[in-house]
Amino acid sequence: MSPAEEAVLQRSDRNGWLLVAPALVVLGLAAILPLLVMLVYSFLAPGDFGNVKWEFSTDGWVSILFQRDIFDGTLSLADAHLTIFWRSLWLSTVTTLLAFLIGFPTAWFIATRPARQRPIWLFLVTLPFWTNLLIRTFAILEVIRSEGLINTALIRMGIIETPIQMLYTDGAVLLGMAYVYLPLMVLPLYAAIDRFDMRMLEAAYDLYASRWMALRRIVLPIVKPGVVAGSILVFVPSLGAYVTPRVLGGGKNMMIGNFIELQFGQGRNWPLGAALSMTLLIIVTIALLFYVRAANRPRSDHG
Amino acid sequence: MADRFAINRLPGFTAIAVLAFLALYIPIITLVFFSFNAGKTVMGWDGFSLQWYAVAWGNLAVQEAAWRSVVIAFWATLISTTVATMAALGTTRRRPFKGQTAVYVAINQPLMVPEIVTAVALLIVFAWVKVQTGYQGLGYLILAHSAFCIPFAYLPIRARLEGMDLSLETAAADLYATPWQTFRRVTLPLLAPGIVAGAMLAFITSLDDVVITEFVKSAGQDTLPTYMLGQLRRGVTPEVNAISTALLGLTVVILTAFFLLTRERR
Repeated sequence: MSPAEEAVLQRSDRNGWLLVAPALVVLGLAAILPLLVMLVYSFLAPGDFGNVKWEFSTDGWVSILFQRDIFDGTLSLADAHLTIFWRSLWLSTVTTLLAFLIGFPTAWFIATRPARQRPIWLFLVTLPFWTNLLIRTFAILEVIRSEGLINTALIRMGIIETPIQMLYTDGAVLLGMAYVYLPLMVLPLYAAIDRFDMRMLEAAYDLYASRWMALRRIVLPIVKPGVVAGSILVFVPSLGAYVTPRVLGGGKNMMIGNFIELQFGQGRNWPLGAALSMTLLIIVTIALLFYVRAANRPRSDHG
Repeated sequence: MADRFAINRLPGFTAIAVLAFLALYIPIITLVFFSFNAGKTVMGWDGFSLQWYAVAWGNLAVQEAAWRSVVIAFWATLISTTVATMAALGTTRRRPFKGQTAVYVAINQPLMVPEIVTAVALLIVFAWVKVQTGYQGLGYLILAHSAFCIPFAYLPIRARLEGMDLSLETAAADLYATPWQTFRRVTLPLLAPGIVAGAMLAFITSLDDVVITEFVKSAGQDTLPTYMLGQLRRGVTPEVNAISTALLGLTVVILTAFFLLTRERR
């Protein structure tokens, strides 16, 4: 490479950095730096009226899992916290599963429409995705509350006499999350199925595969990156959900997100809240690393 | 030809898909439908009426929240779209520079980190800044919104840039246009649909935000979504249905425009 060319390319590198700099400043101030500050806060002691005292303490991290006896100072597992973690993990997993069971046939349906129709079906999936999460949660609320659509219909038909309590249960949170995050499952699945060569199905049928076998042995292995992508895209926001459990789960059926909020409100334990947030962040990062690995893996291992 | 063996048909899939589409839309349609109800409940239809829109519009708190939402979304869109356009120009159609992967991670960070985590982290930092400076204004919300809108603005702009080759710009440079003239007269007009599309997504994203706004806002700084969340203690009122429907309408209009804009390329 001639020195002149090298100089041009170097200038281009510098221009690249100059052009991305303003975006990095905004993101640094309001997205990246605050996370570092929060890491520091997780190692401080809680202040008496919220906020922190500037003294080093690991209590924030310890009290994620343990509680200290106020009389003799011994540590024991904090059952209430474990229940919340367990509920969050369980609800997020079932949400992901449910979204897959509904999302896969939906994505398949869209991918097998005539090419001209597909953008319309995709638009119909994308529209709810871009609609305010709060509005969609309110919409579910209208359907399942005691004076809501389902109970009213069942009472009018004479099937039940008193409304079924659906709101403020784990089931309501589950239904709400599956509803609001379904588009995040359908879109990557569609992208994967759209690339699937339907002639492979034909070959499978020619070789006397049943539909179920063809689906399980041919289709699913090939569209697996889409399955992984969709699952992560649903699982990650479910685990960090705040609005849906607050609106549909009420105060009793908390998830991690609501538990974090509690520490910055009535709980007045900012270090615990910060440590919980960091924990959530670490879990999400691990999930995303799985996603990157799955997305970049070549498909040849199923040849 | 109903008995033809369709290769790509799988039993039950169409039924599930149709049910999924119904399930996606029935709750939203219910909400919209009852915002026009003359009565107070979902129990019965008491005739068509726009009274809940009138009630919402007559409510000073709603008016202020709506105006605040628009002001924040406007500034957040302006800032995020500007920096995202520059970032897209810096990361496409050139040799990748050292550290470009880290830049991608930074730009997409708001998509990956759970909102609640960013929200409390901002609460911590801004609480400190508020004590130090005494400033209580909308600046905090505008900064926070600008940051999480960046990836939404960046992605369509980058997609547009990647579809443009450098031949027109090279031709302009050959004809003695200065770099600024080339950018102003050639690159920018070609890029404009991508920028508009990115700005639309940024605007919707800002307008819809609940979680980060809820934690960052000072007292009396409700936006429409946080106002609606706050009203929840009284149950879903038809007034909230009316506000939801109005926001929904705005989203549909912007999205439809977005799709027409990005489709015309083909």
